[in-house]
Order: sequence, then structure tokens, then C-alpha cells
Amino acid sequence: MQGLGINVLFMGNNLPRLLEGLLITMKISLLAVALSIVLGTLLGMVMTLRNPVTRCLTKVYFEFNRIMPQLVMLFLVYFGLTKLFGINLSGQVSAVVVFTLWGTAEMGDLVRGALISIPKHQYESGAAIGMTKLQNYRYVIIPQTLRRLIPLAINLTTRMIKTTALIVLIGVVEVLKTGQQIIEANRYTVPTAALWIYGTIFFLYFFTCWPISILAGRLERKWQN
Amino acid sequence: MDLNFIEKYAPMYVEATGLTLRLGFIGIGFSLVIGLICSFLLYYKTPVLQKIAACYIELSRNTPLLVQLFFLYFGLPKLGIMISSEGCAIIGLSFLGGSYMAEAFRSGLEAIEKSQVEAGLSVGLNHGQVMRYVVLPQALSISVPALCANVIFLIKETSVFSAVALADLMFVAKDLIGLYYKTDEALFMLVVAYMIILLPISIMAAVLEWRLRYAGFGN
Amino acid sequence: MLKENEPLLEIRHLRKNYDANDVLNDISLDICKGEVVVVVGPSGCGKSTLLRCINGLEPIQSGEILLDGLPITDGKKKWSEIRQKIGMVFQSYDLFPHMTVLDNIILGPTKVQGRKREAAAKSAEKLLERIGLLDKKDAYPRQLSGGQKQRVAIVRALVMEPAIMLFDEVTAALDPEMVREVLDVMLELARSGSTMLIVTHEMQFAKAVANRVIFMDGGEIVESSSPEEFFLQPKTDRARRFLNIFNFEK
Repeated sequence: MQGLGINVLFMGNNLPRLLEGLLITMKISLLAVALSIVLGTLLGMVMTLRNPVTRCLTKVYFEFNRIMPQLVMLFLVYFGLTKLFGINLSGQVSAVVVFTLWGTAEMGDLVRGALISIPKHQYESGAAIGMTKLQNYRYVIIPQTLRRLIPLAINLTTRMIKTTALIVLIGVVEVLKTGQQIIEANRYTVPTAALWIYGTIFFLYFFTCWPISILAGRLERKWQN
Repeated sequence: MDLNFIEKYAPMYVEATGLTLRLGFIGIGFSLVIGLICSFLLYYKTPVLQKIAACYIELSRNTPLLVQLFFLYFGLPKLGIMISSEGCAIIGLSFLGGSYMAEAFRSGLEAIEKSQVEAGLSVGLNHGQVMRYVVLPQALSISVPALCANVIFLIKETSVFSAVALADLMFVAKDLIGLYYKTDEALFMLVVAYMIILLPISIMAAVLEWRLRYAGFGN
Repeated sequence: MLKENEPLLEIRHLRKNYDANDVLNDISLDICKGEVVVVVGPSGCGKSTLLRCINGLEPIQSGEILLDGLPITDGKKKWSEIRQKIGMVFQSYDLFPHMTVLDNIILGPTKVQGRKREAAAKSAEKLLERIGLLDKKDAYPRQLSGGQKQRVAIVRALVMEPAIMLFDEVTAALDPEMVREVLDVMLELARSGSTMLIVTHEMQFAKAVANRVIFMDGGEIVESSSPEEFFLQPKTDRARRFLNIFNFEK
């Protein structure tokens, strides 16, 4: 009897290695989220401009990101850019690039939606009590925009963390790859390792994403006015 | 760009597209059924089953499809449960999709005011009839945008099927890049294939939404 | 079957509470066939709740209600059957927005009573003609005015051929110009012998249509008399104070 397969988790430093793998996933997605928020906000403001050229360009950019599966984008950047520009992008860098592009598109759309959902008279109400345009933005518009935006942005974060799992398919060593390595290494000693390792990874993702989505839900309810 | 190469290998892409669409739509079909059932359980607050549905939704929405597939395809066999690649793909997609569809249906159902239900009951309809003739038709049209968005989302998710040894589009592209180094051509066909799949669906969804919005019942 | 002079609707010692609050306190009321009873009273006195209890939309804590001599609140009969005999019209009309006027009306007869579509449509059209809205039978609710919607709502309840009709402040949400057309329909119904229980704030209307006026306050029936008695010489102080609200003499 080789004992319960679950023991593979506690053998050697398997569990810490899995967690390290998850950390890599988190680092990539959080970096991409941070960049997306900054760039996306800018994009969102650009998207509200009435210039037909910017409208067209931003729309194409947004739609392309909406339609193309992120994995295809990863392939395009990882395999394609490498060949095209002769530069050798690592899987991790490719991932950050792809997710930032995607995240910026989504954030841009969220910001645009939030900006246009503020009733017109809010832009004028500040002026009515003597505020300058800048002050109006700072005290009236931006707080309201943030309230609509933050729960949606947190929701985007969860989605990004989940999508980052895809990077295993372009060879990045993250949690799934680490899991595969552990399973391989223990092929004879713990034949049922796959069940426990992948089950654990399932719950690792769950306990990472679930609290975040609960937070988003709470904030959304709190700020619903 | 090597057009001969494209011509020679396009059929592989076509076949892979067929696979993606077939498994995708089967998965979407199951998702709709699972989603509808879960939304009823949540709407009617059925004692035990409501909690189970809620747990299912949380689990499914907070884990990536890829991880679910790995578990189904590599993990379950260790318990003696062997499921084919296609089976895993469909089960995984349905598991994931069901929770998204459930949310879409649920928000449609909850948007219908209680007074509509009471009006239906007052005419002598029983609860089942109220759901069937009064609530559901209205709820479905409210859910359509979300349902369409979910369809697009699920088709995109099918891109991970290569992880369970299915010869889908990603597999074909990667294979060709690895074998022939024709990166540009392989990637080009890949993008075209997904465009062909998703653009029409995307446009149809937009049209459907537009038509429903303007035929809206409004009050 | 009802014996001679037996009331159509009997409410006996009805009690209903929400949490710790008594919403209806020992209500007893009899309504005979063909009678038009109007219930008036200040907001929150429980008038709407009373109607909703009769129709089974609200549960009751104690007491009983009998329709046609048979109890309906003992849980033995299905509400879907009972409600076929009780027609109710709500303040917010609540027509089904995804169906035409005609479909709204024949939904009950076809799906609940199993009547054939053509026969049901005929009855519906007759009633629509009676209230002057036959030309709107294929329109959707969103194309109708508030008054028209409410009249359709009345027809929707009437077509089920109920024994008694309940009206819950049906003109309260309407613009003043449209109130009259709805009240006219209700007057006509009363004249043709319908049994009606009406909750309303329209005092002139109440005077004209009622056989009996019930004044409720704080979940109790405070006064029950003929309209002449009630409006000219209310018996209780509370009734007097209530009627003064409608009095604008300087």
C-alpha cells in the first residue's frame, strides 16, 4: 500500500512549489491588470472623443480583442512576433503583453461606459455652484465614475487571473506546469498523483479568485445608488 | 506569404473548425439547459437544491476551464473514471458554461416584477403556468444580451481543447509551426479561422439585441 | 349552491399580522350577490391587504373566508381554482406587456378554463365592445393610455366570469382625465348586477356606486352603513375626521 495519493502534496517541497507556480500566475496577471487600468483609463477617455478616426481605430482595436481568443493572441505574440521582429520574447513577457492589450481594451470600454453613463447634468451641476471644469471633474465626476468602475475592474482582475492559466500552453512554468512536473516525478511512487495535484490546483484557483469576486460583489452592492 | 502552403493545409483548419463548432455548440446546448435549471432553483429558492446550485455556480465561475479539463482528463482516470477527449471537452465546457447561463437567466427572471406574477395568479393560472406564459417569455428577452455574450465567450474558451489531445485549431497551428516553421502562414490561417467562426456570431448577436431592444415592450 | 339570502362572500374573524404588527384585526364581513360594497379609509388601514387576503395573495393567521358557502382558506382547495371565481383588478393594471390586448384577455379562459380560442376570443371581443375598446384588440399594452390599460385589465378579470370582482384602488395611479372612463365602466358593471368589492379614494364615485360603505381604520371595520348615512351623518368620530380630509369649505 502506498498510502493515500494526497500525501504527494506533503512530500518534499511539492506544495510550496505549487504555490510558487501560482505566484508566477498572479504576478503576471496583476502586472497586466495594473498596466491595463492605467492604459485603459486613457483609452477610455480617448474613446469618448468625437473624432471619427479615433472612434474607428479604437472600435477595431476593441472588437479584435473581444473576438480573438486570448490563447490565439498568445500564439500570435509568442510565435509570431518572435519570427517577425527576430526578437525572442519569453512566454512570461508575451503573456504580459497579450493580457495588457486585452485588459486595456476591456478597461477602455468600461471607462467609456462609465463616463457616458453619468447623466449630462452632473457635468453642469458643478458649474452651477461655481466650480471650475477641473474641480467639477475631481469632486463630482471622478468619484461617481470610480464607483461604477471599481467593481467591474475587480471582476476583470478575476477573469485575468483565470485566463493566465493559458500560459502553460506556451511553455511557461506556472502552477499547472509545476503540477505536471510533480506528477511525472512521482509516476511510480504515487500513481494517483494527477487526481490530487489537479484537484488541489482547482481549489487553489478557487480560493484565489472567489474572495476577490465576493469583494467586487460587496462593493457593487454598497455603492449602488 | 506562401500561398501554396495555405492552400495545402487549409483543409486541416477546416476540419479543426468543424470540431470546434461541433463540440462548442453541444457544450453551449448543455450549458443552456443547466443554466435554466439552476436559475429556476435560485428563483424559486428550492430548499436544498438552491444551495447546491449556488455552490456549483461559485466553483465554476472562479476556476479556469483549463484546470477543469486537466482534472477531468488526467485526474479522474485515477479514480477509474475514463472519459474520452471529446467527452471531457463537452463536460468541461458545459460545467463552465452552465454557471454563466444560470446568471444570465436568473437576472432575467428577477427583473420581472412580482406584480406580473400576481396578475397572472389572479386570473387563475397556477405557478407553472405563470412561469410559462407570463414570466419566462419576458425574462428570456431580457436575458438575450447576456446569453449572446456567453455564447461568444464559450466559443472562445474552446481554444483550450488541445490540452485534452483534441486536434483543434490551436493544435493544428502549433503542429504546422513546429513541423514546417511556416509561422506566418499558420498563424494567419488561425486568425482567419477564428474570425470566420466568431464574426458572424458576433454580428448575429448584435442584430438580435438591436431587434429586441426596439421591439421592446417598455412600460 | 347558495340558498336564498345566503351571502356570496363571508369573512369571519379574519386576522392577519406582519411580524408583530396587526394589519387586520378581527374583520368580519358578508357580501351578498349583486351587492356593491365600497371600502374607504386612511392609508395603511388594511383595505388593500383585505382584498389580497380574499384572493389568497396574502396568507392569513386566523379566521376564515367562505365563497358560495364553501371555505376557501382552509388549504384544501387550490387557489388557482378559487381565483377563477374571484376577479381582481390592481392599481398598477399589470397587463402582460409581451401579449396583445386580446391575448392578455384570453390567456385565462384558454389556459385555465380550457375554453377554445375562438369562443374565448368572441367573449373577449364582446366585452371589449362593451367598454369601447374593440378597435384596440390587436394593440400592445405600451400603445395604450393608462385609462385604456385599466379598462382592459377589468375586462381581463371579467372574461373569467367570476362570482365577485375586487377592485384595489384602480384609479389611484391614473391621470385625472382618465379616471372618469374607468369609473364609468365600474358604474355600468354595478348597474348590470355584478357583485363588487371596491377599495377607492374617489368619494363622489363611492356615493354613486355603493350599496354599502365600509370604513376601515387601523385594521378594523369601524363603520358599516348605507352611502347616504355614511357621507351625511357618520356615526363615529374617526369617520368624521376622515371625511373632513375631503372637505375644502373655508
